[in-house]
Amino acid sequence: MNNADPTRTKPLASPPDGPVRSRGGTLTASQVSAWFGASKVLEGVDLEMGAGRVTALIGPSGCGKSTFLRILNRMHELVPSASLAGSVLLDGQDIYGTSLRVTQVRRRIGMVFQKPNPFPAMSIADNVAAGLKLTGTRAANRTELIEESLSRAGLWNEVKGRLRDPAGGLSGGQQQRLCIARSLTVRPDVLLMDEPCSALDPTSTRRIEETIGELREQVTIVIVTHNMQQAQRVSQRCAFFLAAENEPGRVVESGPTSTIFDSPRDARTSDYVHGRFG
Amino acid sequence: MIHAEPPPQTTLQALTAPPQYRPRTRRWSDVAEFLGAALASGALVWLVFERLLPYDVHVVGFGLCWYALFLLTYSLVVRDGHGRVVAADRIMAVLVGTGALAAFAPIVAVIGYVAYRGAKVVRPTFFTENLEVTGPLSAATEGGAVHSIIGTLEQLAIATVISVPLGVLTAVYLSEVRGRLTRPTRLVTDAMTALPSIVAGLFIYSLLILQFGWGFSGFAGSLALAVLMLPTVTIAAEQVLRVVPGGLREASLALGAPHWRTVLSVVLPTARAGLSTAVILGMARVVGETAPMLLTAFGTTTTNGNPLNGIQDDLPLFVYTQIRSSQNTQVQRAWAGALVLLALVLALFVLARLLGGSRPGGRRRASRRPAHARPKDRQPTKRADRS
Repeated sequence: MNNADPTRTKPLASPPDGPVRSRGGTLTASQVSAWFGASKVLEGVDLEMGAGRVTALIGPSGCGKSTFLRILNRMHELVPSASLAGSVLLDGQDIYGTSLRVTQVRRRIGMVFQKPNPFPAMSIADNVAAGLKLTGTRAANRTELIEESLSRAGLWNEVKGRLRDPAGGLSGGQQQRLCIARSLTVRPDVLLMDEPCSALDPTSTRRIEETIGELREQVTIVIVTHNMQQAQRVSQRCAFFLAAENEPGRVVESGPTSTIFDSPRDARTSDYVHGRFG
Repeated sequence: MIHAEPPPQTTLQALTAPPQYRPRTRRWSDVAEFLGAALASGALVWLVFERLLPYDVHVVGFGLCWYALFLLTYSLVVRDGHGRVVAADRIMAVLVGTGALAAFAPIVAVIGYVAYRGAKVVRPTFFTENLEVTGPLSAATEGGAVHSIIGTLEQLAIATVISVPLGVLTAVYLSEVRGRLTRPTRLVTDAMTALPSIVAGLFIYSLLILQFGWGFSGFAGSLALAVLMLPTVTIAAEQVLRVVPGGLREASLALGAPHWRTVLSVVLPTARAGLSTAVILGMARVVGETAPMLLTAFGTTTTNGNPLNGIQDDLPLFVYTQIRSSQNTQVQRAWAGALVLLALVLALFVLARLLGGSRPGGRRRASRRPAHARPKDRQPTKRADRS
């Protein structure tokens, strides 16, 4: 990755050497559709995920939430048969356009996965700094950066004494926060989370929700969750996805979380958030 | 948040607590059934073969009949006491145990026999002298195999240096890149594992030694070995790379890493222990090769430390030439050579394990199991079990 890339129209919101200045970026998806081979899994999604906010994507399994999330940082195209339509803009810049390389897009839009996946061959510190190594970024203040990322992910106090230990020795919840810290080290504008708490116990879940709350000021967060209470607790905006049988998933309703939960316009949203189906 | 404190252990509680134990899965009656069935069937076979039959039965026949009759007796005994399902379970356990023994016994026998025959002749001078001045009538303890040991080490090292990078790169292509050539490459690699080693030797012999006029040399032998090693290393390395969880690749790509960086910094280090096993398998494949070496390194009795020039010996050739002799002393020396070859292979395996298994700041394989499935005090428990 080359910081002097002339094709980049906007510099990184906060380069790894400076303090965190970013308030996150705004992601705008318009008319996004997706296919796996011949089967259409997502149709006509329009959604704006604003800076400084947590946007929750809710909906039953198989409605295209995760596919949509993976379209937002170009992980969708890793599946050989996958294709898509529509556009996704990060602060007005098309992430599928020619002005951004795929590695730049993924660096600015980080991702935390459902299953914690720290690199087993690396120590805790190396895991946190992995983003620097993997993107070929030199950072003079590597140590401070590791501490900062771990602190932002709420893990510093638990691991500060054993940064050289292998990451596999941490508990599931700690591993997931380590993955969050790892994503934060490259200073993304947006952080995508794909059911980050589904493999964790309630205490770890709460800890990660607190982390999300603290990060909201610095990074735009988009989170997929199956847990209604979690969506209510952590998000300011909410989008309800639904797929009818043998049909692609669509956004039924989106808006402020309070509206979606308390006074939804669509009867299906109301049924879903009150646990009457799905 | 409330932190649950463990209840304080008072002396009274400690006194009244039930004793700690491990559930027992085997009872004395089970052992008695097994031994009883073995004894009864053995006695019956002995009675028939030694007292009733008019002719002698070979010991192997005796053993086989005993085993068959034991299975029958044991199944009837257990069936009578515990029913059909338990009887089937016990018989299967016996059969599976027999299978394990059948796989284990030949290895122990081979190693044991080589050690027995070889140890009689191996002296310290075996590692310092060559066979330059040792004739067919010299004592078995005279002379040595230092020229062969040097040759084997050099040839194996060169073959490894050539084939391991190529094999790992091919494996990366097959498992990580997956281009249009993946299928043909895999087909050719699979076919190459079946390549007779003499053909690899003939290939090098006809191409390099006859055509290009290189002359016999250890290096030519190394090339033949590399040809044989390549498919083994490739297939083993590909299997290892395939079991690296896809989630790690995704995590790396999601950080903005290019594909090559992901392979280099995430996939290969994760598969490190397995890759060292792939190297071991490759070395094991070729270290005992004799046929291609006859056509390439040729073999000699003098020490030649330069693999690039002149004929060179190695341990398989040493064993081959010595054991064909009509002199008992030379045959004994061949066994000593075989023992040294075995020891060398063992040493290489241990070395490769040590190099491949240890990670900076990491316990070996500790992170393979998910954290929730790993007992916290794994190390001490294991040690306690062993003692």
